[in-house]
Amino acid sequence: MSTATHCPYCALQCAMHVEAGPGGAPAARPAPFPTNRGGLCRKGWTSAELLNSPERIVRPLLRTDRSGGFAATDWDTALEHVAGRLKGLSAEHGADAVAVFGSGGLTNEKSYLLGKFARLALGTSRIDYNGRFCMSSAAAAGGRAFGLDRGLPFPLPDVASAEVVLLAGANPAETMPPMMGHLSGPRLIVVDPRHSATAEQALAGGGLHLAPRPGTDPALALGLLHAARAQHLLDEDYIAARTTGFDQAWKHAAAFWPEQTEQVTGVPAQRVREAARLLATARGAYVLTGRGSEQHAKGTDTVSAWINLALALGLPGREGSGYGCITGQGNGQGGREHGQKADQLPGYRRIDDPAARAHVAEVWGVDPDELPGPGPSAFELLDALGTASGARAMLVLGSNPAVSAPDAGRVRNRLSALDLLVVCDFVMSETAAMADVVLPVAQWAEERGTMTNLEGRVLRRRAVLAPPPGVRTDLEVIAGLAVRLGQPAERFPTDADAVLAELGRASAGGGADYAGVSPERLEAGEELFWPVADAGASTPRMFLDGFAHPDGLARFAPVGHRPAAEEPDAEFPLIATTGRLMGHYQSGAQTRRIGELAGAEPEAYVEVHPDTGVRSGVAEGDWARVVSRRGAALARVRLRADARPDTVFLPFHFGGEEAANNVTNPALDPVSRMPEFKVSAIRLERADPPQEAAAPRAGAGQRGPARPAG
Amino acid sequence: MPARRTPRRGRHRHAMVQHTARRIVVIGNGMVGARFAEEVARRDPAGERVGVTVVGAEDEAAYNRVLLPGVLAGRYAPDDIRLPAPAESAAVAVRTGTAATAIDPARRRVTLDDGTGLDYDELVLATGARAAFPPIPGLAAADGAPEPGVTALRDLADCRRLSALARPGGPVVVLGGGVLGLEAARALAERGMRVSLVESSPWIMRRQIDRPAAQILAEQYSRLGVAVHSWRVAARWLPGTGLELDDGRVLPGDALVVTAGVKANTEIAAGAGIDVEHGIVVDDTLATADPRVHAVGDCAQHPGGGAGLVQPGWEQAAVLADRLTGTRPEARYTGARPVTRLKAEGIELTSMGEAEADDTAETVTIADAHGGRYAKLSVRQERIVGAVLLGFADPASAIARMYDDGAPVPADRLALLTGRPAPETGETGAGPATDPLVCRCNAVTRGGLETAWLDGARTRPDIAAATRATTGCGGCTRDVDALLAGWNGASPVAAP
Repeated sequence: MSTATHCPYCALQCAMHVEAGPGGAPAARPAPFPTNRGGLCRKGWTSAELLNSPERIVRPLLRTDRSGGFAATDWDTALEHVAGRLKGLSAEHGADAVAVFGSGGLTNEKSYLLGKFARLALGTSRIDYNGRFCMSSAAAAGGRAFGLDRGLPFPLPDVASAEVVLLAGANPAETMPPMMGHLSGPRLIVVDPRHSATAEQALAGGGLHLAPRPGTDPALALGLLHAARAQHLLDEDYIAARTTGFDQAWKHAAAFWPEQTEQVTGVPAQRVREAARLLATARGAYVLTGRGSEQHAKGTDTVSAWINLALALGLPGREGSGYGCITGQGNGQGGREHGQKADQLPGYRRIDDPAARAHVAEVWGVDPDELPGPGPSAFELLDALGTASGARAMLVLGSNPAVSAPDAGRVRNRLSALDLLVVCDFVMSETAAMADVVLPVAQWAEERGTMTNLEGRVLRRRAVLAPPPGVRTDLEVIAGLAVRLGQPAERFPTDADAVLAELGRASAGGGADYAGVSPERLEAGEELFWPVADAGASTPRMFLDGFAHPDGLARFAPVGHRPAAEEPDAEFPLIATTGRLMGHYQSGAQTRRIGELAGAEPEAYVEVHPDTGVRSGVAEGDWARVVSRRGAALARVRLRADARPDTVFLPFHFGGEEAANNVTNPALDPVSRMPEFKVSAIRLERADPPQEAAAPRAGAGQRGPARPAG
Repeated sequence: MPARRTPRRGRHRHAMVQHTARRIVVIGNGMVGARFAEEVARRDPAGERVGVTVVGAEDEAAYNRVLLPGVLAGRYAPDDIRLPAPAESAAVAVRTGTAATAIDPARRRVTLDDGTGLDYDELVLATGARAAFPPIPGLAAADGAPEPGVTALRDLADCRRLSALARPGGPVVVLGGGVLGLEAARALAERGMRVSLVESSPWIMRRQIDRPAAQILAEQYSRLGVAVHSWRVAARWLPGTGLELDDGRVLPGDALVVTAGVKANTEIAAGAGIDVEHGIVVDDTLATADPRVHAVGDCAQHPGGGAGLVQPGWEQAAVLADRLTGTRPEARYTGARPVTRLKAEGIELTSMGEAEADDTAETVTIADAHGGRYAKLSVRQERIVGAVLLGFADPASAIARMYDDGAPVPADRLALLTGRPAPETGETGAGPATDPLVCRCNAVTRGGLETAWLDGARTRPDIAAATRATTGCGGCTRDVDALLAGWNGASPVAAP
């Protein structure tokens, strides 16, 4: 047994072989591929461990009283129960009484079928997904600038030949290490309030680290544009020939001369000029943005400000330079294209566009009027659960909002207020633990499907082994419920290839066109970058001949700077910012159950400048309570002399009392509806260790720093 | 004119707005007046709470006065420094080329120079300041108009006049060694002029920096082609010749740029009986003695200071917008903690607070005349009370932020300037690294690699298979190769 597939975690989707390891248990090892170049991070190396985890849920779990425990049951009973409750609530309160919460971790096929299930089987408008917390700001900004959004509109290996790469709010050295192989040649300009591992590499390679105060990124981007223009470094011919709207955009940048930029961001004026010069005079330059740019109440404008800079320097739509968003979740790209977003139908179509509705309705064999309209965005959907205006039941796939949603305490209260919570998962995540019904589903290596990585490259995920007895795939769960809700069985195929073929038809002619994607082409090793309009097509590089707006021109967005939704004050004098660690992924529901990873980072911590530690009365190794207006998170103190004295950092992979999102601010971006995860006003207090710490943690300490036997 | 303020038209559509929106008139379309309008539009984009009319005497859109030296240096075209037009908002109307001539506080009405008037519920004075010419013979005619060859540097018209007067390679004299004078001198030197700068105080930037810093700064300027004459009084301007000093020397000049201070534009306020001293007197609510009349920016005189710099003016604009839109009625402007940043190509100078703090402050000083660097940091009760930083670009921004926030300074103050904090005890990883990490991505130490080598892994692929080292970001590949070469070389015995 040795099967080539891709890693279950982030959007880099490293190629790997899964095969029998010592003792027969499945093990992963890296495989050569253009993106990961034979590399794998420790998450990938250990990813197979969860397949055989004793914590696996292998039977449907049901309870009729949330104060009691779950009882194992059979699938028929579980699905009948769920379908019956959904039908009842829907009949009594209307179709919108049922909500669906999806994920950027689901395959394209699941994302597609889940959207179809919500619109047809449930008839609800209330479907959204955790990608709203990740990539929606860049998607909105990219769409408005270029007419169409694909994370990287060029293959990742292109960046290796650039002279300079600017990374804004991205820390790939920590979050997707194998990507750094493409960044060892270019000089890096890293924009991050933290002295991150990527910033370290930038400095080591003769690049720059610009550390703006959290929440001031737009001012820095405007300042770089200003500094480039004041040094006569803009690409005027490109601006004239390929863009519109520069003059209005410039008026905002005009207010951010380097010294003013310094005043707002804290980045020295000299560094602003230097960075602008470095980027603008490079032979081949890329501007890449990550969550640090996006997760703000002004994330869309922030990304637009970075895109404006790239446009003014003539980077996008040319071979050898460009702008891109580094997508985060495994299928963050595909997950936002196929209809699990509140405002979308498959193929990146808008649900309020009559032509889009007609096309998709025809593929689905229904009347367009049967399709619901746009629904509320993720946080708004969650925040209304169990209220008079919100849903009373929710079905969750591939997500753990009890940990990953902003102001998580409030979201947990809303989840508790539901009449029915159904969670499909393979381990008892914090959200599953709150559910009425938990449906055990197959994992990545146990089923087939396609994923679309950060470059818009469609990848084949292959089944390596059969799921444990009693476990079903998400597609089977969706189909099982759909039939019980009165849908014809043929409308909800359970074979991934059949779903892919239908997805191809539904997306045909849309922005993200998968019509020409087929299992045969993927198995033959073809590199398929969407749009893939027919059997011969693939689009590795987009926009070379023109942008996707009707006139072919890119749009500058007239964006300025505005303060964060919440600024520090006397009561909450510090800023907390959140992010990822190398050893964990998302809410940690998977990685906290892998011995080696949990052993290395078993608990939440908070990075604090030593002076700030002294003033807050916390020392290295103490437990601290990080308190915001919304709630508190417990974390162990790590003093770091290179931290900003005004800012603390919290990784968001831990649950319960240690959940960073207990403190985060659900202020939403007006366009993307993404919450402000990156800026919360907080104070630090010394605290007792968390109650839960007394209990043994999943996997922690069971194994030392593991080394896969060869 | 906005339809909502013409009662005969749009009555139906705007009826709600008309009856409930408070009318705010702003006199002055400069950096602070325009910013106030923008701040209002952000808080009340639909104009539901307030409707703002900005009147500006200049017959052009608002622009960024701070960047005028950059226009002079050729970094910007005049149109490059326009401010965003707030008129796009339903809340704001702008009338350029219209000067306010009088205020009637009793009737709450402003008279305009086109014969019309505007009624207000709240009036905002943002009239700014104008150049003050020292009483030196030959500078200005009896009516105040500059004599031939003489110009201020307050607006785009001044910029155009100066560009016409000065020719590359020719001599120019700048009168006044404050921030604007130094920025103008640097910009003119960039354009290839031969510049002399005259300052009557004992040293340049007398208000912002101390003497040793000024000396180093003057040397920097000399190197850039600007001759600095401090503590010299100008005697008279000789058109076509230059500026004669009181010691009889004549500094040659095709043009004379007067940057010797400003005078707040307070006449319209004084004419309405509003309390005026150096500027229009306001309290923390930015109101004058008439609670419906407010003043912001260079024309305002607040006990906490701030006039003459744009940042305090912008802060005032934000506070007043909070108050007048009802967004934050409790908002107060409690004074500026201004940070001065000299905008001169090739020179990084930041100053704040007391340049010459007395003995009650703890002061750290670094003077490096040879390197053109100088730093002085004064602290009382763990708070920065003053700093002068020349050539310390990186720490300057952090120090300015601490000063602005009133944040406590670190125990190691020298480190704050040099950027090298003393090692903290008890810090993570501070202990002696007995077994250093080689592959960060996969947490493989040197010891781990050695064990794998001893177990027979002799090549990088073997090492990678055994330990995972080099398979993450790949950054440790060179280190692993070097270790392998060393071990393999030391023990040439072939692997079993």
